[in-house]
Amino acid sequence: MAPSGDTLLRVEHLTMRFGGLVAVDNLSFDVRQGHITALIGPNGAGKTTVFNCITGFYKPSEGRLGLCHGDPAIWNELEALTDSGKRSITHGGGALYQLERLPDFLVTQQARVARTFQNIRLFPGMTVLENLLVAQHNRLMLASGYTLLGVLGFPSYATAERAAVEKARVWLDGIGLLSRADDPAGDLPYGAQRRLEIARAMCTEPVLLCLDEPAAGLNPRESAELNVLLLAIRDEHAISILLIEHDMSVVMEISDHVVVLDYGVKIADGAPEAVRNDVKVIAAYLGVADEDVAKVEAEVSL
Amino acid sequence: MQDGAPDKRVDVARALRDAGFTALLAFGLFLPLIGFQTVTGIRNDLVLTTRWPLLFAIVAIVGAGRLAYALVFEPWLKQRTLRRVQPPPSAWRALASKWFVPFAIGFVIAYPAIVVATAGFGGAVKWVDNFGIQILIYVMLGWGLNIVVGLAGLLDLGYVAFYAVGAYSYTLLAKTFGLAFWILLPLAGILSSFWGILLGFPVLRLRGDYLAIVTLAFGEIIRIIIINWVDLTNGYAGISGIPRPTFFGIPFNANEDGFAAVFGLEFTPLYRTIFLYYVILALALLTAFVTMRLRRLPVGRAWEALREDEIACRSLGINTTNTKLTAFAMGAMFAGFAGSFFAARQGFISPESFTFLESATILSIVVLGGMGSQIGVAIAAIAMIGGTEIMRELDFLKKIFGPTFDPTQYRMLLFGFAMVLIMIWRPRGLISTRDPSVFLKKRKTIAADLIKEGHG
Repeated sequence: MAPSGDTLLRVEHLTMRFGGLVAVDNLSFDVRQGHITALIGPNGAGKTTVFNCITGFYKPSEGRLGLCHGDPAIWNELEALTDSGKRSITHGGGALYQLERLPDFLVTQQARVARTFQNIRLFPGMTVLENLLVAQHNRLMLASGYTLLGVLGFPSYATAERAAVEKARVWLDGIGLLSRADDPAGDLPYGAQRRLEIARAMCTEPVLLCLDEPAAGLNPRESAELNVLLLAIRDEHAISILLIEHDMSVVMEISDHVVVLDYGVKIADGAPEAVRNDVKVIAAYLGVADEDVAKVEAEVSL
Repeated sequence: MQDGAPDKRVDVARALRDAGFTALLAFGLFLPLIGFQTVTGIRNDLVLTTRWPLLFAIVAIVGAGRLAYALVFEPWLKQRTLRRVQPPPSAWRALASKWFVPFAIGFVIAYPAIVVATAGFGGAVKWVDNFGIQILIYVMLGWGLNIVVGLAGLLDLGYVAFYAVGAYSYTLLAKTFGLAFWILLPLAGILSSFWGILLGFPVLRLRGDYLAIVTLAFGEIIRIIIINWVDLTNGYAGISGIPRPTFFGIPFNANEDGFAAVFGLEFTPLYRTIFLYYVILALALLTAFVTMRLRRLPVGRAWEALREDEIACRSLGINTTNTKLTAFAMGAMFAGFAGSFFAARQGFISPESFTFLESATILSIVVLGGMGSQIGVAIAAIAMIGGTEIMRELDFLKKIFGPTFDPTQYRMLLFGFAMVLIMIWRPRGLISTRDPSVFLKKRKTIAADLIKEGHG
C-alpha cells in the first residue's frame, strides 16, 4: 500500500456536456491516499455528474481520470498510458488506470472504486447478508469456476462462500446490523439502509470509496454514527473516501480536504477551515455576488 | 366509517346500482355477439335471427353474479384483508411444507405404477402420456423460463423459439446422421443455448416492454424460418418418422430384439410411454436441481440482484452483459432439452407446435405459479396443462349441453377466467414469497411486496 498522502485519483480537466449544458467545466483536483475528500457545492453544481464520470456511469466529454493503486505508484507512466490508448497499465505491484476508458463494472472490478447512490440502491427483496454476498460476486465467481465447478459441487466454492459470509459478518458487526442479517434489506429503517449500502460497497474491497450524500435523511445522532463509521473506514482499513455531502457537520468534522463546485466550476479547494472562510464559497452558498458577502453576512448576522 | 372501525353493513343500494350497470354493460356487449345470429336459409341466403332468451339469460347471470359479488364476496374479501395480520404458522402447516416436496417427488416417481394399478395396462397409456408426460414437459419449460423471467427478471415472450430449436436440432441431426437420442439431447441443449446467446446480444440494451417485443419477434422469426425453409424443414408439412429413443440400444417395438421380447414380457406400447415418462421426469428434476444450485452460486445471486436493481449491480463490479447472457443461455438450454425430448416423443414435428400461444402458455405458467418459485410453477403447470387434458375427459357435459358441445373449445375462456381470479386473489402468483439463498442464523422467507419484478 502506498503511503498516506500520495495521490490516488487525479482528475484533470474533466468536462461533461449534456447537449448545450456544461455540467462540469474543466475540473481538476486530486484525491489523496488515506484522506477523506469532500466534494461540496449548492444543488445542481455538478457533483453527482463528477461521481458518475469517476465511476464509469458517464463517459466524460473531455478530461483524464487517472487512478493509481498498489506499490510502487507508477504515476510517471500516465503519459505513456494515455498515448497507448489502453485502459490500464500494470508494473510490478502497481497498477494505473484511466477511469474514463473503463466501462462501469470494470471501474469497480479492476480499478477498485466503489460507490453508493444518492437515492439508496439496495436489493430490497434480498436479505442483508445476500446484499453483501452479491458485492463479493467477482471473487466468488472465480471460486465457483465461473459456475461450472460450483454446479458440480466442488468444495472450493463452499470454502470461498464461507469466507465471504465471514467477511459479511464482520461488516455487519461493524455497522450494527448483525442481528438483522437474515431480514430483507427493504425492511430496514432508512439510516440502516444507508449504512448497509456503505458496507456493501466496502465488500467489493475498494481502494477508493465514493459516497453520494451518505448523511442525507439522517438525524443528528445517525450523522454522528456515520462520522465514526467513515473515520473507521479511513483509519482501520486505510481506504480513501470521496464524498458528496450537504451536511456541513459531517463535511467539516471528518474531511481532510474539501473541493467546492459551483455551476460545474471549481471555486475552492483546500483544508476544511480554509474553505469555510472562503468568500467565493460563502457567496455561492448564499447566492450573492462576491462583493456583497460582507453586507449579507451582516444582515443575517452571521 | 367515522370512527375508523370496519364497516360491516353492506350497501344494498350501491350493490343494486352496480349490478344494474353491469347487466346493462353485458347487454350492450352481448347484443351483437349473442343476441343476433345469422343462419343459412333454405334458399342458401343468410337470415338474421334473434336469440333473446339466451341473451337475457346471460345478462341475468352477469347481473346476479355482480350482485352476489357485491353482497357476499366483497364483504368477505374486506374482512379477509382486515384480518391479514400474519396468522401464526401452525404446526400442521410447517409439517406440510416440510414434507410436501419429498412427498410430491415420491408421488411422481410412483405415478406410472399407481396408474397401471388403477386403470390397467390398456387405460394407463392415456394417463401416463397425456397427463404425466405432457404436464412434465410444461413443468420443465416453466422451470427453464423461470430462470429468465423469475430470477433474472427479463420478460421473454419468445421462449418457444428455443423449444423449436431443440426439437428441430434433434430431428434433423437424428434423421441426417442417425445419431442416438442420448448424444443429441445435450447437443440440442447446446445449440439452443447458442441461439439464446444470439438473441441475448441485440436485446441487452433493451428493458421492459421493448425487450418483450423483441423476444416476441424472435419467436416469430424462428417459426417463420421453419415454415419457409422448406428444403431443410419441410415447411408446414413438418417432419415425420423421427427416430424414437431406445432403452440403452434396445428399441421399443414388437420385434424379437425389442424391449418386451428381450425382457421376456408381453408387448405393449405402455413400456415406451413409461420409459419416456421417466426420461422427462429425470430431465425436469435435473432442471430443478441445477436451478436450485445456481441460485446459491454467485451467478444466481447476480441474476436476482439484476432483477432487483441493475444499476446497483454495475456499481458492484458485476458484468451485467454476461449475467444476462448466461440467464438467456441457461433458460434456452433447458428449452432445448425439452424440445428434443418433445420431438423424440411425438415422432412428428411441425411449426404448428411452436406458435406464440405456446410461449404465452409457458409464460402464464410462470406468472401464475409465482415468478421465481419452483413449486409454484410446478403447481401452475399441473393446473393449466392438466386442466386442459381433464376437459377432454368431461364427456358427461355432452349429456347436459347436447352432443355438439365440446368442452375443450372453452379452454381459453376458462383460462382467462382462472387468470383473472388468480390475479385478484394472488396478484403475484400462487407462491410469491422468496426463499433467501443463504442465511446466517435463521432462514426467513421474504414477503412478496419487497421483491422487485425486474424491468426486463
